[in-house]
Amino acid sequence: MAADTSKRPFPMPSEIEPVPGTEGWEDMYPYFTRVRPEDDQRFWFYNSMHFPEPMPAFDSVTAEVPYTAMGAYTTRVFAFPTALGIDYRIINGRVYITANAVSDPQEIERRLKVFQERAPHYFQNWNTLFDGWKQRMLKLIEHIDAIKVPELGDFDDASVVTEARGVATNHFVREAFHRTIEAFSTMWHHHFEFLMLGYGAYLVFFQFCKKAFPEIADQTVARMVAGIDVLMFRPDDELKRLAKLAVELGIDGNFVEGASPEKILSSMRKLGDKGARWLKELEKSRHPWFNIATGDGFYHHHRSWNDDLSVPFSALPRYVRLVKEGDKLERPTERLKVERGRITAEYRALLKTDEDRGAFDQMLALCHLVFPYVEDHKFYCEQWFTTRFFSKVREFGGLLARFGQIEESEDIFHLQHFEVDQALVDVMIAWAAGSQARGGPHWKPIIQRRKEILEKLKDWNAPAAIGPMPDSIEDPAVQMLWGITSETLNSWSRVPDAKDANEIRGYAASAGVVEGIARVLTSPNDIGQVREGDILVCAVTNPSWAPIFGKILAAVSDIGGTMSHAAIVAREYGMPAVVGTGQATKRIRTGQRVRVDGSRGVVTLLD
Amino acid sequence: MSTGDRNPQLSNTGTMQIAWFETVRIASRPTVGGKGASLGELTHAGIRVPPGFVVTTHAFESSLAALDAAGAIRREIAALDGKDLDRITETARSIRERIESAPLPSPLQLAITEAHAKLCGGNALAPVAVRSSATSEDSAEASFAGQQETLLWVRGADAVLKALRSCWASLYSVESVSYRMRLTLEESRVAMGVVIQRMVDSRASGVMFTRSPTSGDPSVISIEGSWGLGSAIVSGEVTPDRFVVSKVTGEVVRRDLSEKLTEHLPAPCGQGIHAAAIPPERQSVSCLADSEITGLVDLAKRVELHYGAAQDIEWAVARDGAIYLLQSRPETVWSSRDVKPVAAPKANPFDHVLAALSGKTRS
Repeated sequence: MAADTSKRPFPMPSEIEPVPGTEGWEDMYPYFTRVRPEDDQRFWFYNSMHFPEPMPAFDSVTAEVPYTAMGAYTTRVFAFPTALGIDYRIINGRVYITANAVSDPQEIERRLKVFQERAPHYFQNWNTLFDGWKQRMLKLIEHIDAIKVPELGDFDDASVVTEARGVATNHFVREAFHRTIEAFSTMWHHHFEFLMLGYGAYLVFFQFCKKAFPEIADQTVARMVAGIDVLMFRPDDELKRLAKLAVELGIDGNFVEGASPEKILSSMRKLGDKGARWLKELEKSRHPWFNIATGDGFYHHHRSWNDDLSVPFSALPRYVRLVKEGDKLERPTERLKVERGRITAEYRALLKTDEDRGAFDQMLALCHLVFPYVEDHKFYCEQWFTTRFFSKVREFGGLLARFGQIEESEDIFHLQHFEVDQALVDVMIAWAAGSQARGGPHWKPIIQRRKEILEKLKDWNAPAAIGPMPDSIEDPAVQMLWGITSETLNSWSRVPDAKDANEIRGYAASAGVVEGIARVLTSPNDIGQVREGDILVCAVTNPSWAPIFGKILAAVSDIGGTMSHAAIVAREYGMPAVVGTGQATKRIRTGQRVRVDGSRGVVTLLD
Repeated sequence: MSTGDRNPQLSNTGTMQIAWFETVRIASRPTVGGKGASLGELTHAGIRVPPGFVVTTHAFESSLAALDAAGAIRREIAALDGKDLDRITETARSIRERIESAPLPSPLQLAITEAHAKLCGGNALAPVAVRSSATSEDSAEASFAGQQETLLWVRGADAVLKALRSCWASLYSVESVSYRMRLTLEESRVAMGVVIQRMVDSRASGVMFTRSPTSGDPSVISIEGSWGLGSAIVSGEVTPDRFVVSKVTGEVVRRDLSEKLTEHLPAPCGQGIHAAAIPPERQSVSCLADSEITGLVDLAKRVELHYGAAQDIEWAVARDGAIYLLQSRPETVWSSRDVKPVAAPKANPFDHVLAALSGKTRS
């Protein structure tokens, strides 16, 4: 990324003003995330796709660990010739990133040799390795679930003596916490094991299509690439199955709008054999399919359906009603397959030469090979494992609360994991010494202060990018993952003119035009508020939102590209979607009338 | 273009002076001109073309013979010095005057009047378009056709005959004559068909290409359109709305609405057309509804499929919403370029990825 310092459309990192009333915010994060003067030399952009909110202290581990793993794979394991890893900084609670590139031709050549030796192993054995990957992930999830947070009772367990263990239980406090963090790190290493190679396959196909068909919509290329039977639709399919079963058994009377999960479950228990059968099927669905988070898995408050049944249960009344109206609630899988086949065949037929058709077939086949991993890994990693991880950390929070270090278990998320380490050692000492842990007076004011700071940081209008603007963005990974191209940069840096006053622009993710009333969701936990016929406006969506896509007319998101979840699901449901607007949740109010043009990527405010 | 050869018995217009679209095929081109041949071919293919007939080159030849039995006109032109512009101007003007003022041979005049009456179906004043249909080669046609006359909203048989003579006379415009001299085209072979067809009272009209004129993308239809008759766009008096539509998905990939200030409409006097200001409330409104865009895309795909080659099409949407094809000719700019493969297969599919990430193939 060559920098032209004469253009200054974005502020320098060092010029960013602190948000009033947030003094000391830096202490929430490790020293290595802080901005230093030399950072003004580089171009950074706000990773709003993964981190749309200010980071609670503990949650910054979801930047630290993934970037540790991602860079390891690109820089050291596969030795991508031109791309190293990602550096990140936290500014006013937001994660800014920059991609490190290799420009020295000799160094590229040296790396290329290693890359060419290593990458083929994964492509050649993709499916076998992916099967092994799934087994490893299931074991890892079992592993984190099995980690025991020591209870530290009055006297240690007798077995320490009878089995002559020679290690008292307080030893395992820190050990178990470290294993929890290590499991998280292992997960992220697994996460990136295949991912960058998978994106590479997408990338070459996108580049080919853009050359052969310069005016093809990104979403159309995405439609040719996308798999149809992917895990992300499974949780929603399970809900439909449960709705159908309830109707079939004639026990659907409890599914009324607004009924709490507790109420539904307790009435089911009173319904004899039929109720028992439904509850048994519910358990089957819950494990594993309800291990899906209400967010993208980068924040502790993105709980899973299993943690909070009100999210999946809020979709049931509507499904029950539809079943009774004769709807089979089937995804139009066959129709989608036929349509994907038609589109692919027609574009292929438009190619002019046999060489082109041969290359097209190879590239597309490669995309279809990698697609299941690229799409399904999210369920295993960001959804299933991550929600289990945060639940485990919560258990450590319970321990700290019992020892008076913090008020309640949830407060642990306002401490860095390095600080949790200290607090746990404090507990270990206190238990051993038979005295009081000293952390209460130390941590409680800090946590209180950090909660205030986070509240204030929420209002900060984070610039989309900072630092000297590059002439162009060439990193394929940046283009692919974040949907950021030179064009995007220009639109970010442009001063909006009058015509833009009632328009919001983003990626045309799913075609069609529709007008309706906006429903702005600021937290994933509010998805129960969505009503039939709303236009969903949100920061980012993820697989667990699939049930509400049946209710809404269109989807608009702040974050995401044409391969983002919102885009994929919207295309599946055949509804207009504009993603990656950067600002929809800030500029649109709930109740406002808007027009969503998913073909052009424009949202128009109509009042 | 081999498609027209399928029915040679039909495409042979013989020495007929008038050829209805239904009897014309692409192969009839030498006697009906490119425009007439394409309109006939597509009428036959079931495309909605405003009905009409072609006054053939035989009619032109017989008329010219009646006017100038000795062949003086053609000799006069052939003898001109290409550098003597004054002389060319004067000769061309006098020939045009002769053609425009001379009555047609009676049998021809009768045939045209009868055909016109039949075309108008009882309304003798039904508006028609009288359009030159050049017989020159494809490659030259674009520049050549521009120099020839098209008269719109022509009403009544007398006006049609006059318009016909104007079209013929336009073969002897200074530009046409100079152009032929520059290309050293043989003067004895210069002839013209003239299309006479019912006029569409267009609510909107324009042009479309079955591949992108800007990028050459063969997967899109690029439509340009504006309010009123298409002459406003062809003459460049208005910046048209632009729509880029995927042939495969039917999705409108780009939609650039422009501020459209002028439209061509039937003139208030009842003869010809005039330019009118577009009222502000219609200026920035899309000239096409989505259903009309879909209809145009279908039309474009059918025509391209019929010819098996990219097309450049003029179209109109009538006030009742019916879509008409007014003209179609082969796209020449992108079609004439060398086709180089974008990529070629590799030993292993993943070699594409290795190559893309190697830092060597950045474009």
